[in-house]
Amino acid sequence: MHNGEKTPLIRLAKRESMPAAAQWGIRIAAILLALVVGGLVILISGNNPVQGYATIVEGALGKTSGIRQTVKNFIPLLGAALAIAPCFKMRFWNIGAEGQITAGAMCATYFALFWADRLPQVPLLLIMCAAGAVGGGIWALIPAFFKARWGTNETLFTLMMNYIIIGVVKWLQGGPWEKIPRGSQQIEQFASNACLPRVAGVYCGWIIVLVLTVLMFLYMRYTKHGYEIAVIGESENTARYAGMNVGWIIMRTMFLSGAIAGIVGFLLVSGANNTLYSGVANNAGFTAITVAWLAQLNPFAMVGISALLAVLQKGADTLNTQMSIPVSLSDVITGVLLFFMLGCEFFINYRLIFRGAEERQARKEAAKS
Amino acid sequence: MTFLLNLITAAVLYGTPLLYGTTGEILTEKSGNLNLGVEGMMFMGGAVGLGAAFYYEKLTGAAVSAPLAVVIAIAGSFLAGAAGALIFSFLTITLRANQNVTGLALTIFGTGVGQYLGEFMRVQEGTYVAVSNTLKAAFNNSPFPAALQQLPVVGSLLFGHSIFTYLGIAMAVAMGLYLRRSRSGLYLRAVGESPATADAAGISVARYKYLATVIGGGISAVGGMVYIMTVVGGVWNHEGLSGEGWLAVALVIFCLWSPYRAIWGSILFGGLLILYLRMPIDLIPDQIYKILPYVVTVVVLIFTSLRNNRDKQPPASLGLAYFREER
Amino acid sequence: MEGTSAIQLKGITKRFGSVVANDHIDLDVKRGQILSLLGENGSGKTTLMNMISGIYFPDEGHIFVEGKEVTIRSPKDAYALGIGMIHQHFKLVDVFTAAENIVLGLEGKGRFDIRSAGRRVKEISEKYGFDIDPDKKVYDMSVSEKQTVEIIKVLYRGADILILDEPTAVLTPQETEKLFAVLRNMRADGKAIVIITHKLHEVMALSDQVAVLRKGRYIGTVNTAETNPQALTEMMVGRAVSLNIDRPEAKYKDLRLEVKGLTCRDHEGVKTLDDVSFQAFGGEILGIAGIAGSGQKELLEAIAGLQHVEAGSVLYYPPHPNSDIAGYHVPVDRNGEELVGKNPTQIRKVGVSLAFVPEDRLGMGLVAGMDMVDNMMLKTYREHKGPFVDRKAPRALAERLIEELEIVTPGVSTPVRRLSGGNVQKVLVGREIDSTPTVLMTAYPVRGLDINSSYTIYGLLNQQKLKGVAVILVGEDLDVLLELCDRILVLCGGKVSGIVDGRGTTKEEVGLYMTHVGGGKEAAQDA
Repeated sequence: MHNGEKTPLIRLAKRESMPAAAQWGIRIAAILLALVVGGLVILISGNNPVQGYATIVEGALGKTSGIRQTVKNFIPLLGAALAIAPCFKMRFWNIGAEGQITAGAMCATYFALFWADRLPQVPLLLIMCAAGAVGGGIWALIPAFFKARWGTNETLFTLMMNYIIIGVVKWLQGGPWEKIPRGSQQIEQFASNACLPRVAGVYCGWIIVLVLTVLMFLYMRYTKHGYEIAVIGESENTARYAGMNVGWIIMRTMFLSGAIAGIVGFLLVSGANNTLYSGVANNAGFTAITVAWLAQLNPFAMVGISALLAVLQKGADTLNTQMSIPVSLSDVITGVLLFFMLGCEFFINYRLIFRGAEERQARKEAAKS
Repeated sequence: MTFLLNLITAAVLYGTPLLYGTTGEILTEKSGNLNLGVEGMMFMGGAVGLGAAFYYEKLTGAAVSAPLAVVIAIAGSFLAGAAGALIFSFLTITLRANQNVTGLALTIFGTGVGQYLGEFMRVQEGTYVAVSNTLKAAFNNSPFPAALQQLPVVGSLLFGHSIFTYLGIAMAVAMGLYLRRSRSGLYLRAVGESPATADAAGISVARYKYLATVIGGGISAVGGMVYIMTVVGGVWNHEGLSGEGWLAVALVIFCLWSPYRAIWGSILFGGLLILYLRMPIDLIPDQIYKILPYVVTVVVLIFTSLRNNRDKQPPASLGLAYFREER
Repeated sequence: MEGTSAIQLKGITKRFGSVVANDHIDLDVKRGQILSLLGENGSGKTTLMNMISGIYFPDEGHIFVEGKEVTIRSPKDAYALGIGMIHQHFKLVDVFTAAENIVLGLEGKGRFDIRSAGRRVKEISEKYGFDIDPDKKVYDMSVSEKQTVEIIKVLYRGADILILDEPTAVLTPQETEKLFAVLRNMRADGKAIVIITHKLHEVMALSDQVAVLRKGRYIGTVNTAETNPQALTEMMVGRAVSLNIDRPEAKYKDLRLEVKGLTCRDHEGVKTLDDVSFQAFGGEILGIAGIAGSGQKELLEAIAGLQHVEAGSVLYYPPHPNSDIAGYHVPVDRNGEELVGKNPTQIRKVGVSLAFVPEDRLGMGLVAGMDMVDNMMLKTYREHKGPFVDRKAPRALAERLIEELEIVTPGVSTPVRRLSGGNVQKVLVGREIDSTPTVLMTAYPVRGLDINSSYTIYGLLNQQKLKGVAVILVGEDLDVLLELCDRILVLCGGKVSGIVDGRGTTKEEVGLYMTHVGGGKEAAQDA
């Protein structure tokens, strides 16, 4: 339009595609901006932001003990993000990973408490792992069944399932599984044969999640299951027309997702905590959703994002002990980071056209040729 | 009889914060936005509301005006929640980010901010941040004259609750009337059902979504403040607040997106929350009692999907971003 | 008033990415006239009108209303200028009543009173001859009723420039006549009306002037009285085209499908198919006509094993052993193999193939976000052994189709979403034909295509017919069905209301069957 006064100041258009390098450039810029805003929060709390970040990095990666704790934070985040990936690919909004982790942890704990005296370490751990997988899987299967059969909203259903299982564990913790003498509201520490061995100072869960990363990548990319999941995610109707049994695939995928979350639960009780408590998942199931989404469901990208958040979590602990900044700072900065990363996707998918910019561009190009 | 009255009074006490959380989220969801950040906004509202009342009292000392303190606490918590909802709105409406993920990010952020402020105030003051007994009374006591409250049965049943209960019910009724009877309410529902239709009819989709989400977030956050000031007793305690926001999200489903149903729904949920204290049954452990609200919600969710009643479904565009030039 | 310019466009341009949808278009719409905006699918008609009604914003150009230059940024601006558009896909809120939908978006003063709005709706209905209940919920309405609501919505706002986007696409011939009568009433009332269409006989029957667009460019405006369909087609396509569709005779004609008493119900227990019986022969194109939602989709789905069948049977007879298509599929009972009870994959292996083009084109037969390779294996990915998918064979197939059907695409790994409509449909139909079907069922295969691509598809269907395939074609355009099909089955409310010979029937006869079970005779008695 020639009289620029009347066009809107900014218009939007969908981008066809953007070079990968530019995409990552935008994402990294968003992370940096988020850290600047996070620095402001540290500043407001009366501390030097540069020193604050230095402490975070130092605390998370400086010493061996710090690195170990960071890796411990990293394991459930990555594991749960991997669990969520196939569901999200299918556009099944499973926000119940928190509960599925807890359910898996509970089932694994049953064997750790009552079968440890009868079984040697390796079979016991395998049984615990399997129990965790089945427990998490079944907990995920319930909402999947109702979704497949009657189209019940899965977002809200899986969400409610979290609180139900956490309540059940609270009951076990203060009731039937409470350690003697009673009153502590705690479950007995596991016998040593129910605990995962350490590798490089941290329980071997990190190896397991890294192997799972590769497996999940192959599963989504090259298997028939992965193909079916991708088709359903794009259009359930197309899947139906191709002769796929959509309900069955939804249930199968959710079981798998819950099973992986359940294995994460097993890792947490058997490796990280050596006991069970109601907060065992410690919000990893929720945070992992954002991890999976920001990684665009790419398992390898999840490794990087989980690592970043794990460093933040551990670093904030150090910040708390050294500078007496409340430990919830890590949640605040994590939140800010997520906001910026969510927001920056917009600039990758859409193009802003400012008033008059196109004409200028056209004139420039005309002048060139 | 006394037992039942006590039970109802307690149910109302516990239900009132939920009423705010729920009606706020209903308004948000009616615009088609599924903001799962209620938990975060209630944390922010709780911490800021308490802080506002506490520092106001600290500034004025003995000259503190109790009604003004209530207003300040409401305003503070509302603004805190509205700020959180504004971030959500900007990301999901303007930048079209995924609503589920953004809501969860807001929960992480909001609970973080709430706890951060709570701990920060404690560190600053060197002691627990709590309001005085005078203020506590203003927040908790009934606004009605003693004569009315002392009427047999109906006295405590109808007139014995805190000011927030009456405000909350009035607001829910007002919201119900707004959605059903007003022009602007009709437009808001149209935006939530079919933004493309509303847009073609000349309704500003973005404006309605922004306003509903921000105001809804503010109302939800007031619920966090009410919880801290009444149930917890005017002292920061993040443990107590945790789970309230999610319960409110559950209640929205339970009430089938109706503010009227939210009134008795929240009292019912409040009752379920404390039933284990008032009516312990040996066979059912406390913790199992406590998950009842969630189980009930799941059952309601299943039944609504089974019944397929066209008028009792979630807003049709719930959770979806809208872009006019999508081809 | 009459004959003066209501709306004028000068040099309007709109781009979507690198595609120029409208290229410097001029147009003049006059009061008291009906202007047909004619053009093939994809020629930019709807885009142009969307800019007048405020849905899109033009990149370049000027719009004048009543001689004054205006800026239309939103539908609201358009309404303020008296412009109202009735979109092809209705913009109605399903859970609202007619009256609630009609008042949507109006700036009102004072108390909001839905009842008085209802009264005004009644007044408008009576003035122009509509029939509508203001308190009826949209989800209870028929397509034609929904359209009526849309039109009243626009009139209620006092619009005197009306734009209708393909309004007859979803109507029966009889409903179309009713609509045209209403439009003529409005013209007499001094309103300016634009009707977007690609159906020539409608242009000739209704409009005063015709403006033609081709590939985003404005070709010209002519008076309807001074032109004819052949000349208009030439303007539209850019060269002389034969409007005749071939209807060759096949060598083999043998019974392929025998459907008996087929009955299906939807989720709410309503019968979508009611005692449907017919036969389909190899070497024949059987057309299926009916108002949208009369059970066409359910019928195809039931045969393909995608619908739960409550009663009835579908017997399949294999092709003649000497024919070209014999021997590719699993052997079946020569005396009729029952298909009801088999799953979609088993039915496909017998040789029954379904290509359904839904309203949004993608979403039933193809996966929009996937590339051609992944789309090729949609129905065959299971046949390979092991847990992994094999992408070699589908890649070869994709490359072959690109060559044979002249599909325009940057490559086999471009998502099909990026292809143009015609190419998308070639991919879909090509994939189905590649499985050498013995029964090819296709619904709306030319939906949204330009004339050239449509003829390519008709050619493909005729080829299949000559090979001895039983082709079942669900179509929207009666004119095409009448020219292409050997027989036409008409569905009405899930029942077969008539089966007619394509060579001997008329449009009016089929139209009557579409609305009346029992067809012509019964309707004649009504009259």
